[in-house]
Amino acid sequence: MKVRSATVTLDELDWDIIRLLKSNANQTYTAMGRQLQVAHSTIYERIKRMEQQGVIKKYTITVDVGRIGRKPVTAIMTVFADPKEIENVAKTLADMREAVEVDTSLSEELLIIAKVVAEDQERLHEFIAKKVVPLAGVLRIRTSIVSKKFKEDEFPIECSK
Amino acid sequence: MITFKSAQRILRKLPRENAFYFFTSIGNYTGVSADSMEEFAKKLLEVNTKSLEFHLYRGDFQKWVEGTLEDKALSDEIRKLQLSKPLGNELRDNLYLTVSKHYEKLKKSSF
Repeated sequence: MKVRSATVTLDELDWDIIRLLKSNANQTYTAMGRQLQVAHSTIYERIKRMEQQGVIKKYTITVDVGRIGRKPVTAIMTVFADPKEIENVAKTLADMREAVEVDTSLSEELLIIAKVVAEDQERLHEFIAKKVVPLAGVLRIRTSIVSKKFKEDEFPIECSK
Repeated sequence: MITFKSAQRILRKLPRENAFYFFTSIGNYTGVSADSMEEFAKKLLEVNTKSLEFHLYRGDFQKWVEGTLEDKALSDEIRKLQLSKPLGNELRDNLYLTVSKHYEKLKKSSF
């Protein structure tokens, strides 16, 4: 089955390669070819094509912060803001080191949802109280501290097949 | 003895970044803020008592009053109030009384 987007078409092999790379981007073309039962040269060509097309934007790493003695607090912050200021608030928030993801959402009302990380709860509160709340247009904030993470992924690859 | 000058300074209107922002727990901002002692007293009457408990027992009121408004006397009075461990509306009433009385005293000195 072919999946179409505005500019690029991916087939099932492409999606399989993306799935493998997302689980471990450091594996060899040969290892991936073996798993998918295709030649390593095919894997190489597909990956290069997806890189050139901008489908694969970058390769990154996941750091286990627990191994370096850190236990940061992660929280999901919902910012209710004046609609006229929401774009500015979101942009300012996106420039802040503690905000690792910033999105706007329009459900019942326009709001900002941000994932924030701080060294501990006290620093999380200080960040929100001193840097976020005073921003012009911020009306109210709801914050949920993450107690246990079960999964984190950008999009459901399996559903695209 | 409070001087005319120090009373005026304590009663000044603060810039946005130095205002007191009321939270009910870590990271949960109520939308209520105060940028002067006068407004602070008023907001004590409208904010949720959960917020008053949160800030009093973290020492936030005391810290803001002493560090930002620069009013050590009021900060000490709030500290004393904390020792009696008031909760809910008892906390609201006592805190409002403490702050508003102090505010009136300063206002007289500032004229």
